[in-house]
Amino acid sequence: MTARPLNWRHTVSRALIYGALTVLALYYLMPIYLLVITALKPYARVDFTQMWRLPQSIDLSGFLTGWKAVAPNFINSVIITVPAALISSLIGSINGYIFAKWRFRGSDTIFLLFLVGMFLPYQGILIPLVQTLVAFGLYGKLSGLILVHCIFGIPITALMFRGYFASIPNELVDAAKIDGCGFFKIYRYILLPIAWPAFAVVGIWQFTSIWNDYLIGVVVLSRPTLSPVNVAVKNIAGSWTTEWNVQMGAALIAALPTIFVYLALGRFFMRGLLAGSLKG
Amino acid sequence: MSQGGGPTAPLLARLKARWPKSMRGDRLVAFLVLLPSIIAVAVFVYGFILWTFRISFAQWDKFMPNLQPDYTFVGLDNWRKLFLDDERFGIDLRNLVYYAVGFMSQCIIMGFVIASLLDQKIKGEAIFRTIFIFPFAVSGIVTGVAWKWLMYPSAGINLLFDSVGLGFLKNNWYADTNYGTLAITIAAAWQMTGYIMALYLAGLRGISAELREAAQIDGASTWNLYRYVIIPMLAPVTFTAIVLTGMGSIRVFDLVAAISGSGAGYATDTLAFYMFQLTFQKNLFALGGTIAAFMIILSAFLVGPYLMSMRHEVER
Repeated sequence: MTARPLNWRHTVSRALIYGALTVLALYYLMPIYLLVITALKPYARVDFTQMWRLPQSIDLSGFLTGWKAVAPNFINSVIITVPAALISSLIGSINGYIFAKWRFRGSDTIFLLFLVGMFLPYQGILIPLVQTLVAFGLYGKLSGLILVHCIFGIPITALMFRGYFASIPNELVDAAKIDGCGFFKIYRYILLPIAWPAFAVVGIWQFTSIWNDYLIGVVVLSRPTLSPVNVAVKNIAGSWTTEWNVQMGAALIAALPTIFVYLALGRFFMRGLLAGSLKG
Repeated sequence: MSQGGGPTAPLLARLKARWPKSMRGDRLVAFLVLLPSIIAVAVFVYGFILWTFRISFAQWDKFMPNLQPDYTFVGLDNWRKLFLDDERFGIDLRNLVYYAVGFMSQCIIMGFVIASLLDQKIKGEAIFRTIFIFPFAVSGIVTGVAWKWLMYPSAGINLLFDSVGLGFLKNNWYADTNYGTLAITIAAAWQMTGYIMALYLAGLRGISAELREAAQIDGASTWNLYRYVIIPMLAPVTFTAIVLTGMGSIRVFDLVAAISGSGAGYATDTLAFYMFQLTFQKNLFALGGTIAAFMIILSAFLVGPYLMSMRHEVER
C-alpha cells in the first residue's frame, strides 16, 4: 500500500469509522450484557430502576436455580442435537458426493427440488408431520424429533457438501476409477479423509440450528419433562412468577453451547453462513 | 411386456439393453444410495405440502382420539372465513407488511453499512466481525427473553433514554397497540444483521481493488464509487438478502412466542403464531392448515425466483 499523507481529513474519517464500529459493537453486545449482569444479581437486587448497573457482588443463585429448572431439558437437547447433527452430516456427505461426482440424468433437477425444503416455512408441513409421527408411534419421543431434524437437514447438508466436493478435482475421482475403485471405495478412501473441513462446517451449522429450534420441539415434544431446552426456557420466561434473574440465568445456560461452539470454531461457522446461501 | 412369455434370459438382456447408459454400474449404485433421501424429501416436503392444502379444504375442526382427521370436503370455506370474516387474520396480514418492511430494511441497510465499514482495512476486524455475527448463534427464544427485558415499557431502553435526556424517544415497544410488531423486528434484526453483513462482506471482498482504484483514478468520489460501482455489483447479494429476510418475515414465530405472544390488540401477532394457536391449542386443524397453506403460497413468491436464479449455477 502506498503511504497516504496523514492529513486531518483522513484522521477524522478514520476516527469516525472506528467510533461508529465501536458504538455498533456495544449495541450488539447490549442484550448479552443485560442477560449476564441480571443473572448474576440476587433476586432482591433485581430492580427495574437499577437494571443497567453492574452487580455489587457476584451471586450465582439465579444461575443455579435456572440450571435446576432446565437441567433435564438441557440433557434432552444434547440427546437430540448431537445424534441429529452427526447423522444429518453423514447423510449430507453422501448426498453431496453423489450430486457433485456421480451426476446422472435429472440429478441436478432433483438437487434443485431438494433445495425447496430449505426455504419451507415449517408451519406449512406441521400438521401432516404430527399426523405422521402419531401414526408411526414417534410423536412425543426424542427419537421422533431426531428423525425429523435429520430429514429436514437433507437439503442444506446436501447443498453444503455438494459445494465442497465440487471443488475437488474430478481427476482425483477418475484416477481412482481407473485403479478399480467403485462408488463406495472412492467415498471412503479418497473423499472422506479430506472432507473434515466440510464436516466441521455442516456439523456446526446443524448443531446450531437444531439446538436453537423452538417450533418443531414445542410441537413434537410438548411434554415438559421431554422438551428441549429452548422450550423449557420459553416456559420459564413466560410465567410472570419466575424471578427475572432466574429467567436470565436459564436463558444463558441454553445459549452457552452454541455460543461456545461459535467462539471456538467461528471460522467454520462463517463458512457455513456463506455456503448456506450464496451458491451451490 | 414380453411377447407370449418368452424365456427370461432374453428378457433380461433386452431390459439391460434398454436401460439408459447413464444408469449402469456405479451410477445405478449412486442413484440407489440417493433414493431414500429422495423419498424422504418427496414425502416430508412435497407430499406434506399437498396434504396441508388438502386439510385447508376440509372440515377438521375438533380433536378426536389419535388425532383422527376429518377430511370432509368443504370447498373454500376455510379460506373464505379467514380472508372475509377473521379480524385477527386481517391484523396479521397488516403486521406481516409492517414486519417485512421493518425487518428487511434494518437487516439489509445495517448489514451493508457495517460490511462497508469493516471493509476499510480495520484493525481488529476479526473481533468486530465476531461480535456482529454472534447473535446469529443465539436462539430466537434466548434473544426474545433478553429483548423482552430490554423493551419492557417501564424499564430497559426507556430507562436509558431517560438517563441521557432522550426521554422523548420513550415508547411502548411491543406493548404498542398498532406498531408493536416493529419492536419485534428490532430483536429479529439484532439476530440476523450479522448474517447479512457476512454476505455483503464476502461480496465486497470479491470486488477487485483494481476496479476501485480505476474508479478513483477516474475521479469518482466515494459516494459515486458506491452508487455506481459497488452497490450495483452487489445486486446478487442484495437479492439473496431479500429472499432470506423475506422468508424470515413470513415464518417468525419463536421471537413472538418469547416476547409478547399475540400482544395488545394482536399488534405483535403473526401468521405463524396464529396458525400454531389455532391448530395446537384450539384444535381448529383445518383453519390452521389454511394459514399454513397460505404461508407456503407466500414463500413460493420468494423461493421461486431464488431457485430460478440458482438454476444456471447448479447446472454447470
